[in-house]
Amino acid sequence: MAKPTGIAAEGEVLQTRTPDQGGALKTMPAPATWLDERIGLGKLGKAALRKVFPDHWSFLLGEIALYSFIVLLLTGIFLTIWFRPSMAEIEYQGSYELMRGLHMSQAFESTLQISFDVRGGMLVRQIHHWGAILFMAAMTAHMLRVFFTGAFRKPRELNWLIGVVLLSLGMIAGMTGYSLPDDLLSGTGLRFTDGAIRSIPLVGTWIEFFVFGGEYPGDMIIARFYMAHILLLPAILLGLISAHMALVVYHKHSLFPGPGRTENNVVGYPLFPVYMAKAGGFFFIVFGVLILMGATMSINQVWLYGPYNPAQVTAGSQPDWYMGWVEGAVRIMPGWESHWGGTTWSWNVFLPFAVLMGLFYTALAVWPFIEAWLTGDKRPHHILDRPRNAPTRTALGVAGMTFYGLMWAGGGNDIIATQFNVSLNAVTYFLRVAVFVGPVIAFIITKRLCLSLQRADRERVLHGSESGIIVRSPAGGYSEPHVPISNDEAFALTQHRQYPPLEETPSHDEHGVKTSDPNKVSGLRARLSAWYTGDDIVKPTRDEIAASHHHEDEPKQLH
Amino acid sequence: MTPEHSTSLATTEDDALLHPIPNPGIEHHAERYTDVDAKAADRAYKQVVGIFGLVPLLAIAFVVIYFAVPRHATANLLGVNWHVHTTLLGLTGGLAVLLIGVGAIHWSRQLMNDTEIAEDRHAAASTDEERAGFVDVVNQGIRDAGVSRRKMIVASLGGALGIVAVPAIVTLADIGPYPTAANRRETIEKTVWADGVRVVNDANRLPLKASDIEIGQLVNAEPENLWDLHGKDYMNMKSKTPLVVVRMDPNTIKIPESRKDWHVGGILAYSKICTHVGCPISLWEQQTHHLLCPCHQSTFDLGNSGVVVFGPAARALPQLPLKVDAEGYLVAQSDFTVPVGPSYFERDSRNDYKDGDE
Amino acid sequence: MRLGSSRRRHRAARPLSLVLALFLMGALYAALSPATQVAADTGMSAQVAEGKALFQVTCSSCHGLNGEGTTQGPSLVGVGAAAVEFQMATNRMPMAKPGAQAPRKVVQYTAEEINNIARYVHTLGPGPDIPNSSAYDYSALTDEDIAKGGELFRTNCSACHQAAANGGALPNGKYAPALHGVEPLHIYEAMRTGPQQMPVFSAGAIPDEDVAAIIGYLKGIEEQPSSGFSLGGLGPVTEGFAGWVIGIGGLCLIATWIASTGARAK
Repeated sequence: MAKPTGIAAEGEVLQTRTPDQGGALKTMPAPATWLDERIGLGKLGKAALRKVFPDHWSFLLGEIALYSFIVLLLTGIFLTIWFRPSMAEIEYQGSYELMRGLHMSQAFESTLQISFDVRGGMLVRQIHHWGAILFMAAMTAHMLRVFFTGAFRKPRELNWLIGVVLLSLGMIAGMTGYSLPDDLLSGTGLRFTDGAIRSIPLVGTWIEFFVFGGEYPGDMIIARFYMAHILLLPAILLGLISAHMALVVYHKHSLFPGPGRTENNVVGYPLFPVYMAKAGGFFFIVFGVLILMGATMSINQVWLYGPYNPAQVTAGSQPDWYMGWVEGAVRIMPGWESHWGGTTWSWNVFLPFAVLMGLFYTALAVWPFIEAWLTGDKRPHHILDRPRNAPTRTALGVAGMTFYGLMWAGGGNDIIATQFNVSLNAVTYFLRVAVFVGPVIAFIITKRLCLSLQRADRERVLHGSESGIIVRSPAGGYSEPHVPISNDEAFALTQHRQYPPLEETPSHDEHGVKTSDPNKVSGLRARLSAWYTGDDIVKPTRDEIAASHHHEDEPKQLH
Repeated sequence: MTPEHSTSLATTEDDALLHPIPNPGIEHHAERYTDVDAKAADRAYKQVVGIFGLVPLLAIAFVVIYFAVPRHATANLLGVNWHVHTTLLGLTGGLAVLLIGVGAIHWSRQLMNDTEIAEDRHAAASTDEERAGFVDVVNQGIRDAGVSRRKMIVASLGGALGIVAVPAIVTLADIGPYPTAANRRETIEKTVWADGVRVVNDANRLPLKASDIEIGQLVNAEPENLWDLHGKDYMNMKSKTPLVVVRMDPNTIKIPESRKDWHVGGILAYSKICTHVGCPISLWEQQTHHLLCPCHQSTFDLGNSGVVVFGPAARALPQLPLKVDAEGYLVAQSDFTVPVGPSYFERDSRNDYKDGDE
Repeated sequence: MRLGSSRRRHRAARPLSLVLALFLMGALYAALSPATQVAADTGMSAQVAEGKALFQVTCSSCHGLNGEGTTQGPSLVGVGAAAVEFQMATNRMPMAKPGAQAPRKVVQYTAEEINNIARYVHTLGPGPDIPNSSAYDYSALTDEDIAKGGELFRTNCSACHQAAANGGALPNGKYAPALHGVEPLHIYEAMRTGPQQMPVFSAGAIPDEDVAAIIGYLKGIEEQPSSGFSLGGLGPVTEGFAGWVIGIGGLCLIATWIASTGARAK
């Protein structure tokens, strides 16, 4: 991966630019002083307007999630003006002829009304649903970025936890939302939820009767989902998002390694005007993209599924994408059930549904603490990791993505079967093995890749990059001289902190007395720590770099 | 909140081991075309204004389209029969909003000052003095609260606050009926199927004459008295009573001894509700006799008393015993002999049919 | 076994010549024995005779010389002319190779040839005949009737063919095909004859006017306008892909543009 470099100029230590003489304002204008006298606008503005934010495209993923959430709120308000969350039966007399005269719930009927009789209603419904798809996808992408760059480390563990909660609540918000139209597809999903709740040992039927207000489906669930979807969940989400953003402001944004960047500063552009323009502009772009998606791509055509009828079903029944991995787990699970006495223990549903989801979100939540335990790292971090510089973490992340992705594929196994002309049963059998074997293979490949990249970086620092020029020496040998990389780049490649594996503290000191060190390292922890960081390629030391510069004075060697 | 030079983030971070190459400082700012060339800057300025200038045009177009385009107009383009009103509204509105963003970004990238600046961080943690001050303030408060020798106050307050949660939770106790054994028997373990109830085709409610059903036929059926129920009762019952009625050649299927009078000349009736998580199953393969549920692909062999042959279901599909009445129409002999639908903890599953049972 | 072998006789010579003799006898018998099939009651018309000749050339290798069935194909006694017309007019039959799924192919026989074969097979035993178009005429049905047809479709058909008739998966590599652009006649015939794995839907449960309503509904959804590209109409799976690829992918590309700086002057 040779990157030919020109001879780069050294970077100067450049502080903030001196402000221009004069400007648009002579003193604080009158409306601003009115506010200042009440809320201290001057103090706020002076502190906040010049706040620095770093620039990287991957820092905008969280913004996509935030902006899609705002779009969801706005379009959601529009929908609540017409939607009726009632399961009471009504005869359809609207403009969609293919349902004329059918009996359906008011929830479904009002959804048809929004889609066909309210101008702009279909557009807003589609924007809303695409927004939900994008909200979950952006949160997932953002979470992956935070994971792979180690941005969850101290002091940001709390923010990571808030994020995990946002992700799981977002899933529930989406599920309650797409169930509101009471159509055949989401109703089938509701039936699945009913069966899944039943599978919980000991309390399953109790939770079922409480959620549905009795037997399935009852006449309460749509109204209860409505309450959760427009009141409870948005309130909690807004609160958590505000806390999430407040912490980002307090901690300041993390930043990638590079010249001028340290653990004690933030380098980038000021909030006013650059970030207001970029972030504000991005809001309009996300909003615009969502509107254009709603205009050109049809989604959730409830009139084709029809009103929910517990005796009807459609082929290709899937939940929205973000529940797909649980769907896949449930599909590939073998039919294990235990009948002990007069009780039934449905492992075939309980394990892939409740247990798997519980384990997955718990694992996500505790990861920052596990990593800190493995590395013994108690320092705060504001410089991000390049993923290659944390090979085991990156490999674990890719293994997790592989597991998730294979489960996700399982959720669409019938679509895979029809679109790629393969046997449905074969896909299922394959995935039963692949969800265990795949992540292991992915881990091994990714870790090896990261270590190679670390070696390449080390070579680059010590020997520069290939120049692409072949030189023939007077003796006849060919060689390719290397061009030293710029100081800025060399700094960026060596800025990361490395973690030698923890040493096990001896259980007894030299006198045979048992040690009672509060920070003692157990044998297990030492072994896991060695697995976690032991293979990392050590970055070049100052002496090695100095030594490599002397080599430039020697005759060119054949590399 | 001014950025402060923090003393607690010491410069031990900058030692030779951590940074073999010393920090060269922020890169020198490289000028953009718009920084050096006035014509380029002017062009960028005109572009930004032009982009913003398109927005009112699109907004007006949106309003015109909203009122002027007929609500149900369609147009055929690119293989799609477009719902014109929706799509045009979305294209104009979406583009209008998008261009605001594009204009703002273009302005920030080309015309705004793009010199990188640095701002100091403060440590997330408080300084030692601040922590000491915190301890002082808390101690002062404890002294002022007069609780240092009266420890029961805080404990009893905590208990009182905690216990109030219990009445709050109890107010939800009527959220649903309780699934006691008696209640379950009347609800999830019972349907309207009974001796003499006619089997009718779903949706058109036609009664089924045994002689009209051919080998290879599938009927999605319901009990005739289902439509005596309305509203919630109708829907609840409909999630338990649907049947798949199939006719197979009796010589090609396995009929256990205990069920030899449950079928009528090869016509068998099974619950349509999957025993996995309750989706209705209708996907029957006429030649293999396999019934596939579209939700999670559980597959049942209707030629072998509904046992599971693939997929995550764990129990056989319940079979409804059939007979014919005096006029030759199919009727049930009784209700299902086991609860239909997904499993639950209190379900006694020992009576369900297992492969090989007689 | 080389011809002109110096060995007197190969070990396999005796059993192989026995097999050869049997084969020869069978072929002779088949060629020379009189046709046992006679048309029921009415005697052979020209159509049926044509059809029989075509049948024996095309269909008999799997379905038997008299349609009695072989290990390769089921008996056609009692399937009726409707089944033949459906299978051949969609060129599912003759199958390119034996297998569980008979996909639709380009039709290779003329309508007349198909009709003749159908008439011949119809004489093998009583079964559903090719219907008159009035049997499935939905033009006189009201909107409410067609809506009822939709209910029937979702109760009986969508579990295999999908709610928007885009098709669905069956076990072991088989599938229920999409129904767009299928002739009303063929929909009717398929329901009445139950081709391959599809069950039979007889008139006793779904009378002709209900079938007409179902067909009217299917044609109705084909004509419905769409609020955008349907992405295959396969539901949340393709919607999720579009959301990730177009939504996240597109916005990431835009994000790289935002976070990049303007073109450098040097």
